[in-house]
Amino acid sequence: MKIKVLIPTPLRPFTGKRDVVDIEGRTVGEVLRALATEYGDLQRHLFADDGRLRSFVNIYVNDDDIRYLKKEDTEVQAGDTVSIIPSVAGGAPVAADLIGERQQAELTKAEVERYSRHLIMPEVGIDGQRRLKAARVLCIGAGGLGSPAAMYLAAAGVGRLGIVDFDVVDSSNLQRQIIHGTPDVGRPKLVSARERLTAINPEVQIDSHETRITSANALALFADYDVIVDGTDNFPTRYLVNDASVLSGKPNVYGSIFRFEGQASVFAVKGGPCYRCLYPEPPPPGLVPSCAEGGVLGVLPGVIGTIQATETIKLILGGGEPLVGRFLIYDAWRMRFRELKLRRDPACPVCGDAPTIKALIDYEQFCGIAPQRGAASGGAGPGLPPELETSVEELKARLDRSDRPFILDVREPHEYQINRIPGSTLIPLGELQQRLTELPQGAAAPDIVVHCKSGARSAKATRLLTERGFDRVRNLKGGIVAWVEKIDPSQPKY
Amino acid sequence: MNGVWIPAEVADAIRAHGKAAYPDECCGALIGSGSSVLEAFALDNKTTSGARRRFLVEPTDFRQAEARARAAGAELLGFYHSHPDHPARPSQFDLDHAWPNLSYVIVAVEGGRPATMTSWRLRDDRSAFDEETIHENQGTHPHAAAALHGQA
Repeated sequence: MKIKVLIPTPLRPFTGKRDVVDIEGRTVGEVLRALATEYGDLQRHLFADDGRLRSFVNIYVNDDDIRYLKKEDTEVQAGDTVSIIPSVAGGAPVAADLIGERQQAELTKAEVERYSRHLIMPEVGIDGQRRLKAARVLCIGAGGLGSPAAMYLAAAGVGRLGIVDFDVVDSSNLQRQIIHGTPDVGRPKLVSARERLTAINPEVQIDSHETRITSANALALFADYDVIVDGTDNFPTRYLVNDASVLSGKPNVYGSIFRFEGQASVFAVKGGPCYRCLYPEPPPPGLVPSCAEGGVLGVLPGVIGTIQATETIKLILGGGEPLVGRFLIYDAWRMRFRELKLRRDPACPVCGDAPTIKALIDYEQFCGIAPQRGAASGGAGPGLPPELETSVEELKARLDRSDRPFILDVREPHEYQINRIPGSTLIPLGELQQRLTELPQGAAAPDIVVHCKSGARSAKATRLLTERGFDRVRNLKGGIVAWVEKIDPSQPKY
Repeated sequence: MNGVWIPAEVADAIRAHGKAAYPDECCGALIGSGSSVLEAFALDNKTTSGARRRFLVEPTDFRQAEARARAAGAELLGFYHSHPDHPARPSQFDLDHAWPNLSYVIVAVEGGRPATMTSWRLRDDRSAFDEETIHENQGTHPHAAAALHGQA
């Protein structure tokens, strides 16, 4: 049946200047799609690339907004009128006022001098500097990203800086975590971070939260802050920080780093997307290696953490163009910045129009990681039966009594250069399938012990070899890390 | 000659609205004929996400603006809004929410004082805005005379 469709002024040039057209259809969705087929230029203005009606296109059946009926499935019959009515929106893109009506203290004479390079720019000025002073920022993690972010936020005069961390400084941190120094190795990160931040700016109030952020404490932690800076290095915590940010209405200034590539965006700003709009589901466990497994260029978190500090400051000032709805990708090796457009997903389970997640969940389980078995636990890898495993002590005992197995190292050549078990053979995991002929075979052949850095890759290799008919294969639990720690401390760890 | 014709008194009304709303954004509809604006019709800024940086014209206001244009025998030519302490250039947000075949006039308001005023039209493929010249204070466009007559 024919339905009358009222065309708004801006779309009339596409319908031959007509303000009413008759279109066939049984539902609003059918009518609109038939309309866009008949008048092809309407397609891109009414529908987004993914085929959904654009958010600023309002559809009324007679006088009722279809959002309150059955949306695009709303039935129409002869005599009904479908109206397309624009919402007109725009403006400089900025989050809602973070500081609100909170009392903003005057700047002291010393502060005016300290921040003079800010004050002479109208975008900051005295008002902006007072906003910074009134602002409260929570940094999750005092590691690679948290180091430069917290240092620049302290230097910029953010009044109160919370830091969540429970780790101790390790010498392998110093290549990138510039908030800690060589004399800090072995000290809690919170202690060295506080000292460094206080040295930069003694006026900043530092809150030390020596705890692991969990679903039980996240919302209470976030309650005292205006902006959350995500410097976490694993998926369960990243989803936790995202969801807690959305639920508590605090912007989530996101950054992540891996090898030479960094990412940054601002999530959970009202109307903007969140991390789940981009990645509704986490990757399967083990697919994306951590920095400990894959490495990271030391200066990379310097760039990304500094971008996070920049975005945090802009959110507080309420100016500029924030990284909302934009996903920045930085490739340090090629020195390229790319930007992807992001939109809030109306179907997002946490920030969508009808959210299904209204409280924090078990994020270890959500990410497919069993509790008490973290990715870096040095365990034997998921699910290998005990008869397919051996320990570094057993291996050492066998070598000592000249009962030598074939030791297969499935790491990469650059890892092999750092440390190795004497007499081992290197075949990287990715090449193993093509190089099976290099392995000992037959009844008289020695059995095979496979190892990698900490046991995950070699567990995959063990499984692969078993499937290919090698019946005497064992995975070395804890990998070379356990070997160096327990058997041969003369070699370096990485 | 391309562009939009805005009489000086209408342009001044837009600036005055931007100044009055500062530090919030103001918005309104442009009513006229062809490419000549005859009236700037102030609208309430309905946004709930920080009026300081956003504006939103609700469907009911849009209908009202169309009705007013129709009553005056004129057309809805576009919308204006202010950018408080922000250049008079369309933002990504403006682009994402833009409608075709309309003029988007933006007036920058710097520290409470109206500054640059620009006008923009959405490209047909939605990829960007193109700036159009504002012809201000040059009298009305010759074709607009008939529409003026219909105004109450």
